[in-house]
Amino acid sequence: MTWLLRHREAALAILIALMVTGVSLYAPAFAAPSSLLGVLNDTAFLFMLVLGQTMVILTRGIDLSVAANLALTGMLVALIGQYGPELPGLLYVAFGIIIGAGLGMLIGLLVGGLGIPPIVVTLGALAIYRGLIVVIGGGDQVNASEMGQSFQAFPKISFLGLTSPVWIAIVVSLATWVFLTRSRTGRGLYAVGGNPVAARYCGISLSRAQVLVYTLSGAIAGLCGYLWVARFGVAYSEIALGYELTVIAACVIGGVSIGGGVGTVAGALLGALFLGVVVNALPTMQVSPFWQMAIAGAVILGAVVLNARAEARPKKLILRNARLSASKGSA
Amino acid sequence: MESVSKAAARAPITDRLPRKLSDILLSWEAILLALLVAVFVANALATPWFLDIYNLADATYNFSEKAIIALPMALLILVREIDLSVGAIVALSALGVGLAASAGLGAPLLIIVGIAVGVLCGMFNGLLVTSIGVPSIVITIGTMSLFRGIAQVSLGDQAITSFPEDFTALGQSYLIAWPPIPLSFTLFLIFSVLFVLFLHKTATGRTLYAIGANPVAAQFSGIPVARIRFWLFTLSGTLSGLAGVLLVSRFGVVRPNAALGWELDVITMVIFGGVAIAGGSGTIPGVVLAAFVLGFATFGLSLLNVPGIVITVLLGLLLITSIAMPIVLKRLLSRGGSSR
Amino acid sequence: MAPSILSLKGLSKQFPGVKALDDVSFDLSAGSVTALIGENGAGKSTIVKILTGIYTPDAGTISLSGTQRHFSTPRDAWNAGIAAIHQETVMFDELSVAENVFMGHMPTKSAGVAKLVDWPRIKERTQSLLTRIEADFDATTPLKRLSVAQKHMVEVARALSHDARVVIMDEPTAALSRHEIDELFELVETLKGEGRAILFISHKFDEIFRLSDRWVCLRDGKKVGEGATGEVSEPDLVKLMVGRPIDQVFPKRDIPLGETVLTVKGLSNATEFDDISFSLKKGEILGFYGLVGAGRSEAMQCLFGLTKPERGTIDVNGERLVLKAPSDAIAAGLAYVPEDRQHEGAALPLSIRENTTLASLTEHVRGVFLSRQSERAATRSLGERLDVRAASWETAVEDLSGGNQQKVVIAKWLATKPKIIILDEPTKGIDVGSKAAVHDFIGELAEDGLAVILITSELPEAMGLSDRIIVMHEGRIVDAFDRGSWTPEAIVASATGAEAAQRHKVSAP
Repeated sequence: MTWLLRHREAALAILIALMVTGVSLYAPAFAAPSSLLGVLNDTAFLFMLVLGQTMVILTRGIDLSVAANLALTGMLVALIGQYGPELPGLLYVAFGIIIGAGLGMLIGLLVGGLGIPPIVVTLGALAIYRGLIVVIGGGDQVNASEMGQSFQAFPKISFLGLTSPVWIAIVVSLATWVFLTRSRTGRGLYAVGGNPVAARYCGISLSRAQVLVYTLSGAIAGLCGYLWVARFGVAYSEIALGYELTVIAACVIGGVSIGGGVGTVAGALLGALFLGVVVNALPTMQVSPFWQMAIAGAVILGAVVLNARAEARPKKLILRNARLSASKGSA
Repeated sequence: MESVSKAAARAPITDRLPRKLSDILLSWEAILLALLVAVFVANALATPWFLDIYNLADATYNFSEKAIIALPMALLILVREIDLSVGAIVALSALGVGLAASAGLGAPLLIIVGIAVGVLCGMFNGLLVTSIGVPSIVITIGTMSLFRGIAQVSLGDQAITSFPEDFTALGQSYLIAWPPIPLSFTLFLIFSVLFVLFLHKTATGRTLYAIGANPVAAQFSGIPVARIRFWLFTLSGTLSGLAGVLLVSRFGVVRPNAALGWELDVITMVIFGGVAIAGGSGTIPGVVLAAFVLGFATFGLSLLNVPGIVITVLLGLLLITSIAMPIVLKRLLSRGGSSR
Repeated sequence: MAPSILSLKGLSKQFPGVKALDDVSFDLSAGSVTALIGENGAGKSTIVKILTGIYTPDAGTISLSGTQRHFSTPRDAWNAGIAAIHQETVMFDELSVAENVFMGHMPTKSAGVAKLVDWPRIKERTQSLLTRIEADFDATTPLKRLSVAQKHMVEVARALSHDARVVIMDEPTAALSRHEIDELFELVETLKGEGRAILFISHKFDEIFRLSDRWVCLRDGKKVGEGATGEVSEPDLVKLMVGRPIDQVFPKRDIPLGETVLTVKGLSNATEFDDISFSLKKGEILGFYGLVGAGRSEAMQCLFGLTKPERGTIDVNGERLVLKAPSDAIAAGLAYVPEDRQHEGAALPLSIRENTTLASLTEHVRGVFLSRQSERAATRSLGERLDVRAASWETAVEDLSGGNQQKVVIAKWLATKPKIIILDEPTKGIDVGSKAAVHDFIGELAEDGLAVILITSELPEAMGLSDRIIVMHEGRIVDAFDRGSWTPEAIVASATGAEAAQRHKVSAP
């Protein structure tokens, strides 16, 4: 038990495996390869978004604007698809990334440059970006029929049973993993989140890190924006409404600490997978999809409680021969 | 202390800070007051019927319920906490009211049920936050999903629409005929006064500032920090429950997506009202003024047929600029003053 | 004299309202330790921050080996070969030792287009650094598992990882035990032998005299003297620092002891302290001496209701005390002035008045509301008694000097009219001038009939003020001495856990 609490990624993976097994015993159809791949296909957006959010939370920040960014970028790219010439699918991906990064960088500049609390900036940005969708789209939605062929085709490309968003999510995950574990800048994020003052003494700038992470989070949101709109064939103002909280929830489940400086790519992905499995298991088990939110809530709280126990600050060991065994056993 | 020349050489220590008129005029509350006047003047010029008393009374409907929740939210943010579950509590207590009405209960019991649901939700939040020791932003994201999830499970895509007439009359008629003041607005005013007295005049109110400024020092000073946090979450739940009751009585309908996203509107009110998100500073008059400014500005714009979503954009901009402006100004001033 | 490595000329730095540094010049030479001394606020930390690139000076130059340098970022200073070991270990708890050592300058190797961090090399280099400084932990250990002393070793390894020519040690011994200090000093000797220049900042004169070759003294941002350490005496340095002679003698007041007010029996918790038993009389000053981390603060915080004991009883004035929270302790007449002013003592953004009345707010309630009148009166009387210096009682505590902040915290506790006051390292981080005032004040408290528990890690302070001294070691009371029966050697021997043969035992209280 202690080991599992310490190695939360392993614990989470085992929990997910148990859940999949349990659901499969109840509804064998769930265990079919196509169904399991479907879980991945459905969770692709969440996989990507948690990575961006993880980088933000590592720096003690929070990005409440991801879903709004996703929707706004989705609308803008959809308008390009509607009024522009037919372009190769990857070019739309690039548009999504660039627009999203721009919207994210604005936030990064306000947070990093001016030092406004992230929750305030992203709360404001959330309202502004959502509103701009209507202002720019004139209140109309862009429908599948208006988007163009290649625009819509790209996210439906499938390889080995996995759609392109999953493959993109894999690429983004690998890139983020290398970035966070093997690059100076990536390790620097752990430093600024863990101890901003010490980071400064090490020559790592908090404000620069902040500009970077909000830009990256925005870029990922924008990328998802295009994929989302193209996959579901519609762009309108309420796409992914409230999804930012699901993203943050997945991070929390995955052990990314809101206090900054703690969190891994694997943990965040498993947190997203956990929610993805829950969402996909419910219909298979003929449970009303309305349960989804309540379960997510209960899971978040459960994860938080377990987390708190794992991280409970042990008392100082001052007494020689203190009853170490006793304190270990209770952990 | 002994070898240094005593007080004689020094100026006496004053009871009050030497306060200049400019300090008062530049206080956040004064700026909000000026903004409120500007909003009224602009609206009155743009739409002559804005100042009609019935119009103004109607305007208060749109913000009173959120403003009632903003009061306890201000206290929570003051002590470095936050409650993201308020919108979900509104929905859940509305559900409670709806279910009770379906069971045939009368208006007084409906009100009690609605508020009781809020109290329980608030206590649940308070219990989790104080016992687990995880930031309340995380806990209340969880309870937000849980509470709204329960509402969704119970209602599905249905809505409850039948309520006793005396109950819906509460939310749809004025408290008294003249001046025409709606019940929700009256309650907001009463609570505002109570909160001002509580925060700025009582011993417990003072301890909130101490907790926000330094929770550890507050605890070392014998302040029951955890207990206070618990009761503040309970208070937030209670008033959210009340807002749920008001909402149902106004619209006569309960849906699972009631008050969706209110938490962000409420937090915007509080931050715009000058409560620092880092805790330890802010006033209730500031929050009340912010509620008025946002409420009447929204109403005025909607009278001009500005779409609601555009108003959202403007409010978002207002929130960011209101926080950014002092920082930018300070930087410009200090750049002029010294090299640092 | 050895060749100068680092040369500071005419450094000045102005902050709003205060000239932090005014035309300061001195040199650091290879293979020598220079002690930078001065009271708090004299400009020592400004020098450190300029040398590490946190601040840029308004005027003056920094030259390294004859070349003029300009540090606009911490990285510039680091690259130039200046490394600092900071007062509080400023490091990353969640990361490994290796990563802490190389954060900000990790070696990379190129992999295609990207430059990736070279983990094997980092681990290997860290391990060899740790071996070199004889550290007993692994490069992959998470920092949070290390003790304070071990974290200092990591800081040292960090400084060495870059082959720094100038090493700044900013009060490095503040949290170390005597044994750990000895190890650190050996390390300093090694660094010296390697020809590095060391800038050593400390408040402890024994360390300054033991370690440094030269000294530079600052007062109010100006250099007031420098010279060879061998040619100066402690009183001379104190006089230079303070600008006036300081009476270092502790005037022990003769106070008749009253009845027993506090009896603690067998107070224990699982990991921090065990079987703490003692009693305390009215007018008595009871010293608690021990190394930092001996469990003294933990035991006292338990006594104050901040943590729950597993066993043991507390009696105040003969009545059994059941503590659920600090408020119960306060109601019983206890007060605890914590060691860490900034984090545990004062609510910095609040005013002097709001801080002073914080622990005794109920006394100022008239009806339901607080009476500002009553608060002001109490603040004024306590503030004047403690000689708080401020423009107004409404001034925020964060705008006061460290000494005045401490006075406000003490005022807060006196406002509760305590019968027993626990002072946890009351003079830590306070400059020489204010120390004497605090010592005087502690005597005054006892004279007023309070029972005082004085936790201190400074032996002269403990011996100068206490009626009795209880010594703690590794969470247990190992010895108790009555006034007159102690020798410094015996106390230190007990505190370090040495089995001194000639210990003068007194009957356990």
